Amino acid sequence: MLLETSSWRLKDLEQLNIPETEISRYEEIARQVRISSIKMVYSASSGHPGGSLSAADILTALYFREMNIDPVEPDDPDRDRFILSKGHASPGMYSVLSLRGYFPQELLKDFRKLNSKLEGHVHKGVPGIESSTGSLGQGLGVGVGMALGARLDKKGYHVFVMVGDGELEEGNIWESLMAGYKFRLNNLIVILDRNGVQLDGKTQDVMPLHDIPAMVKSFGWNVIEIDGHDFRQIINAIEQAKSSKDLPTFIVAHTVKGKGVSYMEGNYKYHGSPPASEYEYHQALKELGGA
Amino acid sequence: MARKSESLREAYGNELVSLGKKDPNVVVLDADLSSSTKTGIFGKEFPDRFFNMGISEQSMVTAAAGLALSGKKVFASTFAVFLMRTYEQIRQSVCYNNIDVKFVTTHAGITVGEDGATHQIIEDIGVMAGLPHMSVIVPVDAVETRSVLRYVHDETVTPYYIRLTREKFPVLNNPDYEYVPRKSVTFKDGSDLTIIGCGVMVSFALQAAEELKSKGIDTRVINMSSIKPMDRSAVVKAASETGRILTVEEHSIYNGLGSRVAEIVAEEYPVLVHRMGMKDTFGKSGKSWELFDYFHLGVPDIVRNAELLFRKEKNFESIQ
Repeated sequence: MLLETSSWRLKDLEQLNIPETEISRYEEIARQVRISSIKMVYSASSGHPGGSLSAADILTALYFREMNIDPVEPDDPDRDRFILSKGHASPGMYSVLSLRGYFPQELLKDFRKLNSKLEGHVHKGVPGIESSTGSLGQGLGVGVGMALGARLDKKGYHVFVMVGDGELEEGNIWESLMAGYKFRLNNLIVILDRNGVQLDGKTQDVMPLHDIPAMVKSFGWNVIEIDGHDFRQIINAIEQAKSSKDLPTFIVAHTVKGKGVSYMEGNYKYHGSPPASEYEYHQALKELGGA
Repeated sequence: MARKSESLREAYGNELVSLGKKDPNVVVLDADLSSSTKTGIFGKEFPDRFFNMGISEQSMVTAAAGLALSGKKVFASTFAVFLMRTYEQIRQSVCYNNIDVKFVTTHAGITVGEDGATHQIIEDIGVMAGLPHMSVIVPVDAVETRSVLRYVHDETVTPYYIRLTREKFPVLNNPDYEYVPRKSVTFKDGSDLTIIGCGVMVSFALQAAEELKSKGIDTRVINMSSIKPMDRSAVVKAASETGRILTVEEHSIYNGLGSRVAEIVAEEYPVLVHRMGMKDTFGKSGKSWELFDYFHLGVPDIVRNAELLFRKEKNFESIQ
């Protein structure tokens, strides 16, 4: 059970007024990301749908609103950086990049296939990918290095890192949290996809982390807790994190593993497995409105 | 034959300052060992470009990757043994990304001495050389250390592993020596036998070659500082011209210089090869020079093995 952490929750007073039409647009994009993710893993007969569906709304908010990026100039030195430390959520990541215009959507069908650039776990050779990931626990440290690099170059860009909650079991994460505090990296924003499920089962059973917000807070970071499927909360939390003057920010985004497909929701079996049958495949698309 | 000795790690720290002065993109990371690795010399001169990551090697290596991905020329240092715990960070975040991070480690091999087996890494060459995109260099002295650092900074943008030591080593190169990539240096020519070594063992090999001369054995001595990529033609030439090769290293014989030389010889010009090094064992506390005798890696041991090899006898010390 979580401790009382209300003082760290998103401050209502600072919320932006975002029009409903804008929110609907993001919801529609996220729906397309989910449909695309399901199609990719089904076509590849492998891959990780659960964590792609849980992260879809956050990825959409980042790439369609919050990040200063331009798909036409993916190497712009002033761009914001994003690292998907939970690199297995490649279907969601590649789908967002493609929908944002980094590369044609028709390439998605070759995901995980020989001679495709779309490696099973996210790969730097793909336009828009900043660092190859897939072995958990490393992306946050890479983000620390990038945030230090931005400071050395006197650049104003932000570095975003998405981590998974199972991934927090890696020691590298906590080492890098120490470094983020030591160097007061206020240009570093971590978003935790807190879906509560990892490959072998519930995170609470595999290796319980008693109170993540309190743990991270005790490492000296700003902590904000939100609903990771509510665009208003995601956007406002990121805006609040961007305005941090002295500390790095860690956003705990509560999500649902496999969000949007009933039989995948909260089910660890779909961490790393595609729909098990044609029936499941069509059911998933139907529930996502993509049939 | 007394030669002047000089510290390789002090040469490293001072050369870093020179590189930092000419290139504002040079950054250095360490993991709470900067006074021993000598990166602290750079840190004192350029505090804004020096990052002490604490006793957190995984954090150091991943942050090094992030800095390199931001366009920096990154040098990351700790004791060689402790870098090994980040093998997978090096593999995924540095080598797979194929970025400009130079790992310069110190206190490698048994010359660590009194700190003992826990600190005497003798597997690192094999671990690092096995990684795609990684190059591995073992400088023979302080002069070569400085030259290698200038080379990897000026000419390369890929990952390197550069293995330095705690002890001062005899200076074998002239002050104007320049490291040439993928090339070995023949310190002494000879026709009966070739000793291929790296690090301090090259100095021992030169001393052994003097003794062998008095026994009528004309010995070639090669400094093979570039372990990967290796100077294949020098190995093949030694095999074809001298017919016997003895390798010497303060490292395991199973995945270091000797095994790489043996691979090349087996593939291209099979002749007798004998490898001297650590034989599937851990090190031990003691004065570093005592340890060479203890592990049968001293000058008399090289002479004895060379004589046996020269006579084509095969009853070398059995390998466990």
